[in-house]
Amino acid sequence: MSGETLALSQNEHNVNYLDYQGKHKGIWGWLLSTDHKRIGILYMITVLSFFAVGVTLGFLIRLELLTPQGTIVGPQAYNEFFTVHGIIMIFIVVIPVIPSVFGNFFLPIMLGAKDVAFPRLNLLSWYLYIIGGAMILLSLVLPGGAADTGWTFYIPYSVRTGTNMIFTLAAVFIIGFSSILTGLNFLTTIHRMRAPGMGWFKMPLFAWSLYATSWIQVIVTPIVGITLLMVIVERVFHVGIFDPTLGGDPLLFQHMFWMYSHPAVYIIIVPAMGVISEVVPVFSQRTIFGYKFIAYSSLGIAIFGSLVWAHHMFATGMSNTAEFVFSLLTFLVAIPSAIKVFNWTATLYKGSIKLEPPLLYALAFIFLFSIGGLTGIIQGALNVDLYLTDTYFIVGHIHYVVFGGTGFGLFAALHYWLPKMFGRMYNKKVAKVAFWITFVGFNILYFPFLILGWLGMPRRSYHYLPQYQVYHVIATVGSWILVTGLLIMFINLLVSIIKGKKVTEENIWGGETLEWKVATPPTVENFEEIPQVVEGPYEYKQNEYELEEEVK
Amino acid sequence: MSSAESTQAAVIAEPHIEEHAHRDDVRSRMGMWLFLFSELLLFGGLFLMYSVYRYMHQTDFSIASKEMNTFLGTLNTVILLTSSLTMALAINAMQRGKKGLSIFLQIFTILCGAAFMVNKFIEWSHEFAKGNYPGSAILASKPKGQILYFGLYYSMVGLHGIHVLVGMTIIAFMLVFTIRGKITPDNYVKLEAAGLYWHLVDIIWIFLFPLFYLIT
Amino acid sequence: MENLKEHTEHSHSYGLYVMVWLALITLTGLTAVIAGINFGKLSVVVALVIAVIKSYLVLTEFMHLKSEPRAFKTFIFVALFFLLVSFTLLFSDYSFIIGK
Repeated sequence: MSGETLALSQNEHNVNYLDYQGKHKGIWGWLLSTDHKRIGILYMITVLSFFAVGVTLGFLIRLELLTPQGTIVGPQAYNEFFTVHGIIMIFIVVIPVIPSVFGNFFLPIMLGAKDVAFPRLNLLSWYLYIIGGAMILLSLVLPGGAADTGWTFYIPYSVRTGTNMIFTLAAVFIIGFSSILTGLNFLTTIHRMRAPGMGWFKMPLFAWSLYATSWIQVIVTPIVGITLLMVIVERVFHVGIFDPTLGGDPLLFQHMFWMYSHPAVYIIIVPAMGVISEVVPVFSQRTIFGYKFIAYSSLGIAIFGSLVWAHHMFATGMSNTAEFVFSLLTFLVAIPSAIKVFNWTATLYKGSIKLEPPLLYALAFIFLFSIGGLTGIIQGALNVDLYLTDTYFIVGHIHYVVFGGTGFGLFAALHYWLPKMFGRMYNKKVAKVAFWITFVGFNILYFPFLILGWLGMPRRSYHYLPQYQVYHVIATVGSWILVTGLLIMFINLLVSIIKGKKVTEENIWGGETLEWKVATPPTVENFEEIPQVVEGPYEYKQNEYELEEEVK
Repeated sequence: MSSAESTQAAVIAEPHIEEHAHRDDVRSRMGMWLFLFSELLLFGGLFLMYSVYRYMHQTDFSIASKEMNTFLGTLNTVILLTSSLTMALAINAMQRGKKGLSIFLQIFTILCGAAFMVNKFIEWSHEFAKGNYPGSAILASKPKGQILYFGLYYSMVGLHGIHVLVGMTIIAFMLVFTIRGKITPDNYVKLEAAGLYWHLVDIIWIFLFPLFYLIT
Repeated sequence: MENLKEHTEHSHSYGLYVMVWLALITLTGLTAVIAGINFGKLSVVVALVIAVIKSYLVLTEFMHLKSEPRAFKTFIFVALFFLLVSFTLLFSDYSFIIGK
C-alpha cells in the first residue's frame, strides 16, 4: 500500500457518506441506499437492537433462576424465554453481526473497491433480515405464544407443541436466506473486486476470515433451511419425515440440524477471529506473526468445522464408528483455532503495546475464547461427554465461545472501527471502565455455569435442587454486573457518535490496512481512484523495542 | 510475499481498473453460480434424508415406487431436457444477434415448463385418487417405509415443482426484457443467469427421476 | 478484452447443443430400460452413474462450465465434496445401527 494519501478534490462524490444527499432524501436515503457503508450502519442499528432484546431476555432468565422454585415467571414463560433468547442471540445477533456490520462497511474498503459486488442484493439481504427478525419478535406477542422448544427445535416436540412454531421456523428460514445472499455477495466481492496488486496473500486477515465464513454460509445454511422447512411441512401436511409415529427418525433431524448449526458456530467465531487479527498487530505495531498460517487456519476451521456436527449427539446412541469419527474430527478442529491463538500471542511478543480499548477487548477475547475452546475439547471426549451432555457445562461453554468470543470480538470491532465510521472518538477512560466491569461480570456470570454443569445441574431446567442455589445466585449477581458494564459501554459509544470529539485524521490507530488510508468518515465512493497495492497489509516499520535490540 | 505472487495478482486484477467502463460479466455469473450451489445443497439436504430413509426401508420404497407412472415420468424428463436445450439455444441465438429466434426459443422453454407442470398435475391427481397422499387413511394403513416414500416424493417433487414455476417466471421476465431491448447481443448476462437457473432445475430432476420412478 | 474472449468461447454451434440433447435423451431411455433389469443392489448405482453423466453434460455444455474460470470449477467441487463427505459421515452412523 504505497502509503500515498489520496488527494481529494471537491466534487460531490467526495462528501462523506453520512452527509451525502443522493436520489432519496432523509430516512429514505438510508432505507433505499445501496451504499455498503449505509447498509452496514442499518445492520448495526438493527442487530444491536436485537442484541438488547436478547440481553433483556437473558437477564430475565437469570432473575428467574435466583431461587430453586418459580421466582418471577411460570415454567411455560421460562421455556419461551430461553428459546427466544437462544434464537435471537444465535440466528439474529451473533451469526450475522460481524460480517453484516463490519464486513459490509469495511470489506470493500479493505479490498480497495467502491462497493460490494451486488449492492442491490445487499440491501435485499437487510430487508430479509429485518423481516425475519420482526417475525421472531411478533411470535412473542401473537396468541399461541413464542416457540418453547429451545433454539435447537428438536423433534418430535417441535412438531407437537401448540406454540407459534411455523412462524418462528419461517423466520429462521428467511434469515438464513439473507445470510446466504450476504455470503455469496462477499465471495464474489473478494474474488472479483480486489484492487490491482492485492493478491490473495495481500488481503487483510479480516477479509480472509470473511471469505472462509462466507463459504460456510453458502454451503451449509441451505441444509438447515431445508430441514426447518421440512418441520413446517411436517406440521402442515403430516408427511411423516419428522414424525416418529409415521416412521420419521428424530435423530435424523438432529443430524440435519447440527450439520448446519455446528458450522454456524464457526460462522459466528471466525469473523471475530478476523477482527482480533486486525486489532492485535495495530496495537502492538508489529507485523502479524504467521500471516499465512492464520489465513489457512480460517479455511481449515471452515473445512473441519463442517465435519464435526454429530459431537452434539454422543449421548443419543449413535453407532460407535460415528462416535469415534466425530470425536476425532472434533479434536482436529481445535488445531487451527489454537494456531490462531498462538499467532496472536506471538504477535504481541516484543511489540510496542498500546493498551487502548480495542486491544483490551481483543485480549479478553483470546482469554475467554481459550476457556471456551478448552471446555469444548473436554466435551469432545466421548466418555466425559456422556456425563456432561445437556448440563450447565455446555451452557457455560457456549457462552464462553459465543459471548466471550464473538461478543468481545464485536466489542473490540466497535471500539476499533466506530471512530472511523462516524468520525468521532469515544471517551477512552469510560470505555476502559466499561471493559473491566463487563469482563468481571462476564466471568462471575458464566464461570459458575461450568461448576454447576460439573455438579450435574441440567440445562433448560426451571426448578433445581437447593444445593445448586449458591452458584445460581453468584451467576445472577454476575448478570447484573455484566448488564451494567454493557450499559456503560453502549451509552459511551452512543454519546460518542452524537457528540464525541471529532476525528478527521485518516489513520486513527496507526493501522496499515486500506481503511486507514481513506478519509474519516469515508467518502461516498471510498476511493477517488482505485489504489495500487504493493505491500502486504501488516508491514509495520520496526517498533522501538526491535530497534533497540538492533542497536545492542 | 513473493514477487511472483504479486505480479500474478496484478495480472488477475488488471481488468477491474476501469470499474465503470467495464462491465464484469464473470462477476454476475459467479454470483449466480454461488446461488445455484446453495440451491443444490438445499436439495442436497433432502437427498440426504432420502438416502437415510431409503436405506432403512429398501423393500417398502421399491413397492411404493411401483405406484408411479413411469411413462409420464420419462416423458417429463424428456420435456425438461428439451427445455434445457431450447434455453441454451435461446442464449446462443441472442449471442449471434438473432433476437426473433431467441424470443421464440424462450417462449418454447416456458411452454415446456408448463407442459411439465401439467403432467405433474395429472400424476398427482392420480395418486390422490388412489389415496396416496399425506394424511389419508389409506396411506396411513400402509407400512411406514411407504408413508415415508410418499412424504419424500411430495416434498421433493413439490419443491422442485416450485422451482420450475419460479424458473418459468424468471424466463418470462427475460422474455419481456428481450422484447423491450434490455437484453442485447452485447449484454445478455441476465439471460445467461436465467438459463443457469433453468439448467439447475433440470439437473435436480435428472436425479429425482431415477430415485423415485426407477426403484427395482 | 476479457469479455470479448468469453463471448467467443460461449458461442458453440447449434449442432453441438443438439448432439448433447440427443445424448441426454438416449441416456434417459437407457436408464428407463435398465430399470427393468434387476441388478440387485447395483441398480441404484447404475441409475446414479447415468444421472451423474447426464448432469455432467448439462453442466459442461449447457451451462458452459467448460469455458468458465477455474474458480467456478473449484466451487462446484467444494459443494459436491461437502455433500459427499456429509453423506459418508451420516452413514458412518446409519450403516452401523440399521440391521442390528
